[in-house]
Amino acid sequence: MSTAPAVQAAINPVEPFLRSDRMPHIWCPGCGIGTTVNCFSRALVDSKLDLDKVAIVSGIGCTGRVAGYLRLDSFHTTHGRAIPFATGLKLANPELTVVVYSGDGDLIAIGGNHFIHAARRNIDLKIICVNNFIYGMTGGQVAPTTPVGATATTTPYGCFERPFNLPFLAESSGAVYVARWTAFHVRHIARSMVEAFNKKGFSFIEIISPCPTLYQRRNKLGDGLDTMKLYKQKSVIKNGANTRDVDIAFGGEIIVGKFVDIERPTLHQTMDQQFRQVLKDRYAGLGGRG
Amino acid sequence: MPDSPASASRSRKFRGMVHINWDRCKGCGFCIEFCPPKVLAFSESYNSHGYHPPYLTNEQGCTGCDLCGLYCPDFAIFGMRVPMETSEAEVAVREG
Repeated sequence: MSTAPAVQAAINPVEPFLRSDRMPHIWCPGCGIGTTVNCFSRALVDSKLDLDKVAIVSGIGCTGRVAGYLRLDSFHTTHGRAIPFATGLKLANPELTVVVYSGDGDLIAIGGNHFIHAARRNIDLKIICVNNFIYGMTGGQVAPTTPVGATATTTPYGCFERPFNLPFLAESSGAVYVARWTAFHVRHIARSMVEAFNKKGFSFIEIISPCPTLYQRRNKLGDGLDTMKLYKQKSVIKNGANTRDVDIAFGGEIIVGKFVDIERPTLHQTMDQQFRQVLKDRYAGLGGRG
Repeated sequence: MPDSPASASRSRKFRGMVHINWDRCKGCGFCIEFCPPKVLAFSESYNSHGYHPPYLTNEQGCTGCDLCGLYCPDFAIFGMRVPMETSEAEVAVREG
């Protein structure tokens, strides 16, 4: 009597989270966005969230495509409006874990105003901002994150505008969780995402990622792999660093780590408290959903 | 820690295995560069898109840590641990 060999089923851990019919994706060889998606999938597994209660919202841009590639409840909004859409989603259904997954151009440039106000209100959103220092999808124009001296298609003589320091912007606007990693720090990113999922309030994770086609090529920084090696070499982990001091200079060191992890009442909590105080019995409450 | 790659190879209860989705690879080289035991290399042949996907140079060396899977931006590779005596044929990989 012969026994059939035991067959072990195997699947890429990210595969259950992907809309496989849309693969291969549009991201260039050496782009770091796919790497961050891997980290995101591992974080979803580790945090044991009910996937039916996770919603992901993206704006426009290369990173904006993430919402379209993930097999979760997702929405691809108009340019810069990922946070307003996510705000509405969270207010209408406080049970959801709402993740905004977008790029620096979408979140900080056109969506900058929404970003600061969502942070000010401390609405419970998890913001994952993939920062490649440039407008990738539209052809490599200068962005509010482009370091001084870096070349973009619209700054052929080098950028001369002071860029945003995103962790500082997030903290000073009111974010309760602020971290920055590069695409090289895969395990740290996944851990930070789990922490952000478990945190109540406006959580912001900046992920520095290579754009080999535009930013790296125009600035003669090599390809995606060269950039990843550079991140390995130039990044310094300083957890709890003052966000004022984490500016990124062109070619300089990149300070990464978890910078802010504080407690502050969320928008739902303050709203609930205020309505309870003023409306008393007339207020039905959030029914424990906030 | 029974799960760590070093102890897995020492106790020899598990062996590492990588699976490569040949046509999804865009040849960025992240997996090859950041593989902790350095057991991946570019293959000489091309996939349907004209890239050189990686291959496992030393089957015994792979610890199945799946760091390649965590780095791969194209979701084209992943590592796994299987019981020591498992052969490639006994693992059914589901793609897509």
